[in-house]
Amino acid sequence: MKIPAKVFSEVITHLFKKPATTAYPFEKAKLFPNYRGRIDFDSPKCIGCQICVRVCPAKAIEIPLSAHQPPAAAPAEGQPAAAAKKKFDCIMKLDHCVFCAQCVESCPKKALLMTQDFELASVNRKELRRHYK
Amino acid sequence: MSKITIPFGPQHPALKEPENFMLVLEGEQISGATINLGYNHRGMEKAAEDRTYIQNLYLIERVCGICSHSHTTCYITNVEELAKAEVPQRALAIRTLFGELERVHSHLLWLGVAGYEMGFETLFMYTWRDREQVLDCLELLSGNRVHYSINTIGGVRRDITAEQKAEVKKRIKYLEERTQYYIKLATGEPTVLARTQDVGRLPYDVAIERGAVGPTARASGVARDVRKDDPYLIYSQLDFKVITHNTNDVFGRLVVRALELVESYKLIHQILDGLPEGPIAVKVPWKLPAGEAVNHYEAPRGEDIHYLKANGTDKPERLKVRAPTLANLQSVAYMLEGGWLADVPLVIAAIDPCMSCTDRAAVWNPEKGRTEVYSWEEMRKLGIEHYKRRGVDFGRL
Repeated sequence: MKIPAKVFSEVITHLFKKPATTAYPFEKAKLFPNYRGRIDFDSPKCIGCQICVRVCPAKAIEIPLSAHQPPAAAPAEGQPAAAAKKKFDCIMKLDHCVFCAQCVESCPKKALLMTQDFELASVNRKELRRHYK
Repeated sequence: MSKITIPFGPQHPALKEPENFMLVLEGEQISGATINLGYNHRGMEKAAEDRTYIQNLYLIERVCGICSHSHTTCYITNVEELAKAEVPQRALAIRTLFGELERVHSHLLWLGVAGYEMGFETLFMYTWRDREQVLDCLELLSGNRVHYSINTIGGVRRDITAEQKAEVKKRIKYLEERTQYYIKLATGEPTVLARTQDVGRLPYDVAIERGAVGPTARASGVARDVRKDDPYLIYSQLDFKVITHNTNDVFGRLVVRALELVESYKLIHQILDGLPEGPIAVKVPWKLPAGEAVNHYEAPRGEDIHYLKANGTDKPERLKVRAPTLANLQSVAYMLEGGWLADVPLVIAAIDPCMSCTDRAAVWNPEKGRTEVYSWEEMRKLGIEHYKRRGVDFGRL
């Protein structure tokens, strides 16, 4: 059945409704708890297994050895000296990262953490290369 | 009347993605159309060959923004078939749920685009506003609106809790009401009828002859749907109808998509109510045994086919994607012939084209062999030189 201008009543009711858009950036954006944002790094937990580097589809992660290694713990009496645990850094290239969080899922020690940061845009390319120590 | 040939695209306000249609015009009427593809080519099939299976998952997801789940599910079914992995029922149900949510979001998107192309922008605004509801559902469940990344080899990455289930049901209920309104609006509004009826006709036998798929074929009366013909995931346990229409025109495609939305809502409720308990993923080794696999999947735009060849390493030897748009483009040439120039954008939009899905041949320049970032000035210079070789000088502009 043809009814011309049927949508008009709908349009007029919408004049009195709240807008569907939000006032971001003046208002905080609403994110769901599952949202995948910037990946954070927890250095003491990292064992340098490089699994994250191998699974990353965008080649966005590097796990180099830290420049400053912690000294070995003083050996307990009568026991052989324990080797110092190596410390690792994480270089996260945010301009490469596709935010899939596969590294977080593959990390056996949970050293990579998913955060909800999403305001990562920058006009300076160097700022996108984050070095977590 | 003399014939003139005009190019439509690759850059044209009516096209969302670059593709080229050479139209032979007699006055306002089209007497022939040729389609040239390749402007959106990104070399993904080649790129897949030097990535591991798990890395490819995220690459394949980016073949298309709208059917990101369709492509990964089709790819991952091949991988699991080769690895002989037993995927848990709950994971299959969650994949099916995402497939249907994706269909809802794609069809709502199409409804908006169709409204926009026929000059009915109110419809475009309202459907896209309501589409936010289903995008929110997807973000709630997976963590992202477009690239959900829910699939992983051997299952899915995230489970669904009871609260999430209730939230999704609430939003789908709202969408059901809205869709009923849109169906009434689209089938009763004279603007829509005048603009879509008898536009872009594709008769039943031509649709079969040219291998049309998905809603384009179903609007020509071809009851073809992979979900029914060769059930994958858990579709064999679900109750739904294959929607067909027999008007063979753009109006039929609109009706098919609108009614498919209703079927999808029904499916989402069924899946959520009968979600089986159990684990959501199993472990699959990194390396796959040598072999080949082919699978198809009913994406929102039609049948999507993936071929995968494994050679015993952790990387595929060959991956081939046949996106639904490629199958439907043969029909577009037929639909355009005999039509009017003003209908071209609508006819092209009616197959819901996705050129990013379709363009995937590899070109590599061995002279350069490194990644380069072009500045605006360099891009301009490149363009001027390219056209100079063809005999057009834009240098003075």
